[in-house]
Amino acid sequence: MKENNVWIAGFTASVIIAVVLLLAGSPSVTASDQPSAANAVVKIDNFVFGPQTITVPVGATVKWTNKDDIPHTAVSTDGAFKSKVMDTDESFSYTFTKPGTYSYYCSVHPKMTGKVVVQ
Amino acid sequence: MPDSKQDFIDQKLQDLNNDGVDRRGFLKCMAWAGTGLVWTLSGGIPVSRAFAKAHGKDAGKGGDFSFVQISDSHIGFNKPANPDVTATLQTAIDKINAMPHQPDFIIHTGDLSQLSRPSEFDTLDQALKSASAKQIYFVPGEHDMLTDNGEQYLQRYGKGTKGSGWCSFDHKGVHFVGLVNVANLKAGGMGSLGHDQLEWLEDDLKGRSASTPIVLFAHIPLWTIYPDWGWGTDDSEQALSYVKRFGSVTVLNGHIHQIMQKVEGKVSFHTAMSTAFPQPAPGTAPSAGPMKVPADQLQRVLGITDVNYLVSGRSLAVVDSPLAGSPSSASGNAGARLSVVDSIHG
Repeated sequence: MKENNVWIAGFTASVIIAVVLLLAGSPSVTASDQPSAANAVVKIDNFVFGPQTITVPVGATVKWTNKDDIPHTAVSTDGAFKSKVMDTDESFSYTFTKPGTYSYYCSVHPKMTGKVVVQ
Repeated sequence: MPDSKQDFIDQKLQDLNNDGVDRRGFLKCMAWAGTGLVWTLSGGIPVSRAFAKAHGKDAGKGGDFSFVQISDSHIGFNKPANPDVTATLQTAIDKINAMPHQPDFIIHTGDLSQLSRPSEFDTLDQALKSASAKQIYFVPGEHDMLTDNGEQYLQRYGKGTKGSGWCSFDHKGVHFVGLVNVANLKAGGMGSLGHDQLEWLEDDLKGRSASTPIVLFAHIPLWTIYPDWGWGTDDSEQALSYVKRFGSVTVLNGHIHQIMQKVEGKVSFHTAMSTAFPQPAPGTAPSAGPMKVPADQLQRVLGITDVNYLVSGRSLAVVDSPLAGSPSSASGNAGARLSVVDSIHG
């Protein structure tokens, strides 16, 4: 019947709209960040990379800045990048051209670990 | 002597070896062994007069001797915790030079520099020129490996060493081994000795009499103090298994900028104060790193470690002294502590 069809169509449309809205990138509540390609920043302080896991799109540049009173480095475990030592207020940047998960650590204080997820 | 001072000494010496021998018993044993040592108080710490005498006369005859450990000079560091680490290093050197019995040599257990910069190593070398003790042994800390995997460090301090800077030498019957546990550190790990060095160590110790006193020195502690802060060495168990058979093993470390010690069987572990800045006790702060103290307290939490080897008493005494106060001063050596008196077994 016509009314039924209209009702079903309307209901389906609402469902589709709702799903589209849900998928449209609501703010993430996980621990990882969703920064834009322009400003992916990792702050180093108190022997911690913050955020510990950062997610960026392919082509993004991540900038590590050391705010600690002790020098640190950022070295990927697979050899992709290796910063010079960063003293307080010094930075290191790396542009991720390939997708993947890049585990890294501070080669001076190896208990400090982090991850860059490039997708 | 005043009761409080006597009590202090008794407390410190009370059963340090867990062998049921307290201070009075210790002195009895020493007398029985024919050492003729006379322990007196000098500024609150026991000083052996006979030792001092023997030191002069018999020095060089395979007899008693002492050496000093300094650590973590961090030349180049200039933050509030200590804006002038070169000055406090100089104070430490002056203190060593003023000791009534001069050490045969100095051992620096690493973190010579803050950023592995040539200028920092230059400044360190300049300061060390003023030390009366001309022989200085080094092992690197992680701060000395920051550029070029420690090439700078090795060029300057690596003569006669192997690999990343390990070495061994004998001095008046005591076997010294300098180990490097700050090279090729793995993500998520602590200090690391590595396969090559462990192989070398096993070989180095092979065939030595078990009655040879052994002193191991390395930057990061060779026992696990606080894993969250990386205060330990992942593969030290293997190294320690090689020294298990020896009658006396003393392990001297730095890295944590505070005194910690442990005795496990015949192995005594000891970490030294820094000459640059203190660090918090494990877990008492969000992280390790420089700890600021009131300016007038700084010299009390920095210091040197004097290690005395007594042949006739067959014991190794480890005495820590803060920079505030001097061993020869009558007014006392506030905070000096006799940490380990280790009678050599076997």
